[in-house]
Amino acid sequence: MRRETLRALQGAQESGRAVALVTPLDGGPQQVLGLADLGQDVSTELAQAVRSALATDRAVLLAEGGVERLVCPRNPPLRLIVVGAVHIAEALCGLAQTLGYAVTVIDPRAGFARAGLFPGVTLLNVWPQEAFETVALDARTAVVLLTHDPKIDDPALRCVLSSDVFYIAALGSTRTQARRLERLAAEGYTSPQLARIHGPAGLAIGARTPAEIALSVLAQMTQRLREPRS
Amino acid sequence: MALATVVETWGSAPRPAGSQLVCNAGGDFAGSVSGGCVEVAVIEAAQQVMRTGQTQVLAFGVTDEQAWAVGLACGGRIRVFVEPLE
Repeated sequence: MRRETLRALQGAQESGRAVALVTPLDGGPQQVLGLADLGQDVSTELAQAVRSALATDRAVLLAEGGVERLVCPRNPPLRLIVVGAVHIAEALCGLAQTLGYAVTVIDPRAGFARAGLFPGVTLLNVWPQEAFETVALDARTAVVLLTHDPKIDDPALRCVLSSDVFYIAALGSTRTQARRLERLAAEGYTSPQLARIHGPAGLAIGARTPAEIALSVLAQMTQRLREPRS
Repeated sequence: MALATVVETWGSAPRPAGSQLVCNAGGDFAGSVSGGCVEVAVIEAAQQVMRTGQTQVLAFGVTDEQAWAVGLACGGRIRVFVEPLE
């Protein structure tokens, strides 16, 4: 790999741009292509491979034209947005970072979102509805609500339900979840919309400690990411 | 330094296409192209790639003769691209 190729990959990573690295297996020059680069000088097959690699986050091997070319996606990191800088959030953030997520914690309450407890995490000491004006909610983002306070969780849910984030979970007992869904249904949210909210949050593995609950939530999040229709 | 990338897998391979391993002339390495089954062979090939500056495509699998020495215990097959890192 040439120095300028590595620089192009680093530049894309730093600016949060999705690109694909195209490597001819005969050792020919590599290309770094973003969606904006798929103009007329890029073959239809290559453009399709780049789109597919970025959309599925999987490498594509192209055999067109004799020389095989490997198309490797370099997507920006997945993102996790946690609402509520509570005890479980500490374990959830750490574990999510291990899994490669860029993590943001939102909590409007003074004294909760302390930097010392959340190393490497973006902390926003504002209300969720305010935070979501600047934080993009896209298909590579997961949102987990941990406050079980309707004053904080409900406004966050209203923003999140109108987005295409791949995972939504809200902490709370079965009863808390039932009341939450009743409130939102009364506001006009439909059953398919409400079905997107995983609650009680996480896979049922009998989790007890904050770290175990974090593990169960991240396991469920991974399942939604990798097997969206399961 | 050299960079190894899984190009293609068949059957039950431990790491998907696109997985990478980077190593230096001293044999230090980071990342993986399998579950530890063929890393040593890849690092050996990488030494040659660093010396010659020529890329290589390596194949590993149970049907390969190398399999007895450095095969994939899982029964899968993989191809790995090794390139020098400028």
